[in-house]
Amino acid sequence: MLSRVADSIYWLSRYVERAENYSRFIDVNYNLALNEHGDETSNQWWPLIYTTGDQDLFRELHQEADRETVLQFLAFEKENPNSIVSCVASARENARSVRESIPTPLWEQINTFYLLVKSAARQDGPFTDPQSFCRSVRIASHTIIGQTYGTMSHNEAWHFNRIGRLLERADKTSRIVDVQYFHLLPSAADVGSSIDIVRWSALLRSADALTMYRKSHGRITPNEVAEFLLLDREFPRSFHFCLMNVQESMSEITGSKPGTFQCESEKLVGRLRTELDYTSVEDVVRIGLHEYIDSLQTRLNDIGGAIGDDFFSPQSRVTSSQFQSQG
Amino acid sequence: MRALNMFVDDLYNDQKILKDKVVPREVIDSGKSLRDQMRGFSPPQGVWCHISGIDLIRHSDGEFYVLEDNLRCPSGVSYVLENREIMKRSLAKVFGGMTVTPVEEYPERLLEMMIDCAPSKVQNPLAVVLTPGIYNSAYFEHTFLAQQMGVELVQGSDLVVENDHVYMRTTRGLRRVDVIYRRIDDDFLDPECFRPDSTLGVPGIMRAYHAGNVTIANAPGAGVADDKAVYAFVPEVIRYYLSEDPILNNVPTYLCDDPEQRQYVLEHIHELVVKPTGESGGYGIVIGPHSSKSELAECAEQIKAHPRKFVAQPMLNLSTVPTMFDGVMKPRHVDLRSFVLSGKEVYVMPGGLTRVALREGSMVVNSSQGGGSKDTWVLKPPKNSSGKTMGQSQAQSQSQSGSGSQTQSQSTGPVGGNA
Repeated sequence: MLSRVADSIYWLSRYVERAENYSRFIDVNYNLALNEHGDETSNQWWPLIYTTGDQDLFRELHQEADRETVLQFLAFEKENPNSIVSCVASARENARSVRESIPTPLWEQINTFYLLVKSAARQDGPFTDPQSFCRSVRIASHTIIGQTYGTMSHNEAWHFNRIGRLLERADKTSRIVDVQYFHLLPSAADVGSSIDIVRWSALLRSADALTMYRKSHGRITPNEVAEFLLLDREFPRSFHFCLMNVQESMSEITGSKPGTFQCESEKLVGRLRTELDYTSVEDVVRIGLHEYIDSLQTRLNDIGGAIGDDFFSPQSRVTSSQFQSQG
Repeated sequence: MRALNMFVDDLYNDQKILKDKVVPREVIDSGKSLRDQMRGFSPPQGVWCHISGIDLIRHSDGEFYVLEDNLRCPSGVSYVLENREIMKRSLAKVFGGMTVTPVEEYPERLLEMMIDCAPSKVQNPLAVVLTPGIYNSAYFEHTFLAQQMGVELVQGSDLVVENDHVYMRTTRGLRRVDVIYRRIDDDFLDPECFRPDSTLGVPGIMRAYHAGNVTIANAPGAGVADDKAVYAFVPEVIRYYLSEDPILNNVPTYLCDDPEQRQYVLEHIHELVVKPTGESGGYGIVIGPHSSKSELAECAEQIKAHPRKFVAQPMLNLSTVPTMFDGVMKPRHVDLRSFVLSGKEVYVMPGGLTRVALREGSMVVNSSQGGGSKDTWVLKPPKNSSGKTMGQSQAQSQSQSGSGSQTQSQSTGPVGGNA
């Protein structure tokens, strides 16, 4: 397939996934804020900005991090390229440029999504009902994922789409663990002490993980939350699960045998996935959670860059006819 | 189309028709569409205009006339297919009782034609559609055609030329391209050959073309035959190459370059339609009876200053069809763009794009000027009559498929009443 098309299909799903994650962050935080008494507003909203990694831009645009500015920034700010409205607009622009390559119902759904957030962004005055907005964003995203799964051939394009979504998801899950863990558990000495169940549940809900966590671990403890969100093999938003599936899609694209690689991105994905396979939460705590997640994120970025080099802007090399017949 | 293809081929090679003085040499040499880069070249199958859109109208004398031959990048065929799709959804029952010839095989025919015209040495040719990108007003059509044919829609930046072959950049490296249906104008096709500042095109694509390693449809330089000054000679062109009379009428056309004809145009400018020769999309047309004195004076000055750039035609009374506006039927002027594919054979789509001037009294039907469109039916001949004559059947029915939810159709008889 065309490199440009693969690139757009990859980014299309990354942006949709990013919008979905932001909507979940907003929703959970909003709910938490409703429980708050007293003047803890800025304490409450800053971590959310750190979770998205856009704190510098936020400072340029706003003076204080309160409910209104943060919601505006994450949902509707046009100057924020990662706000929900910007992400969905970028997803649509990518979809539009490859309209001939994606199933018609998928294009229609993305367009519907775009019209939904655009009309919500156009409202005057304060953002009155973030919960229902966030819910519709998540439903729209899931509809797109379903459309893609059910109407698009599971070919190369589909695998690029899946890789984009999973890398984005892995990134956001790791960020939320990093920032919220730091926020909720400032010192290592606190491990094992009594914890704020409401806030720890909120962390799990930020990844829509509460129910599944309860089923597999029962009581909430900081280490097991970290383990579940980073290392679980079955939960679809855990870092490890995402990497396992990225690797699977990658070898579908390259056709490499298990345990082998043909290009840089495949090597990096395979190496990270294998390490995760043999990592326990005790290892993570020993290294230091923040340091560990920091290195995970650096390596995710390297993978993203290598995918770009390997597939989206390939050097001039003429393919053999064998390769062509697979294309 | 056969005659026009032979004409273009002749112009770039022996120029017999000019030597025989059937078409005056000045008309060709003074136009801006003849591409020096194409001299001495002849594309596969001798086809220059693979895809053409011929605009027809019906005048108040009841006759059909050819209004224009569009041989560069004629648009609109996607609307024909989409209109039909919408009509079948909204008027399913009407279709059930009719013998409407399907238009849906067009994408398949287009693909077949492209493959037929591939460079002869290639097995399993790979065809693509080349678009200027998402900001082009016809981008929808480009995606639609690529999707319907199942070929890649590429932009200039997706293609690269190496060793005089064209390749596209894929996730598995470079892959060779054999046939390009380009929807980019000649000027922007290759910065090495035409406009050096173009970023839409592909550097070196013309080298690959001249080397015979890729087919470009329509061929660069084909526009020489849809210059509006050349149009005046099309009946002669048909007689010259095919030794037969044209079936369709041409509109009488005055060439402003000719002193006598120019004099006539200047004297009768208030009753004529003046058209720039090198434009398309309905731009720059001055309609005498609908223009103010100062507009006509300005037009006359333009003609005197650049006579070769203008032709004039008598005001034709385009037929009208009933068109629904807020629940009320009103007459609106229409023309019909028919689509013709030329490959090993010539294929005329059994249908076409009826373009409607939505403004009352307006004769400008171009989509780029806010025109609407209607589905157009070609009815199959009765079962007992023989053969494949349906392409020539002129029984049509037209039905609106505008943005309003109301639609209407006339199932029999010729195109609406005259205004």
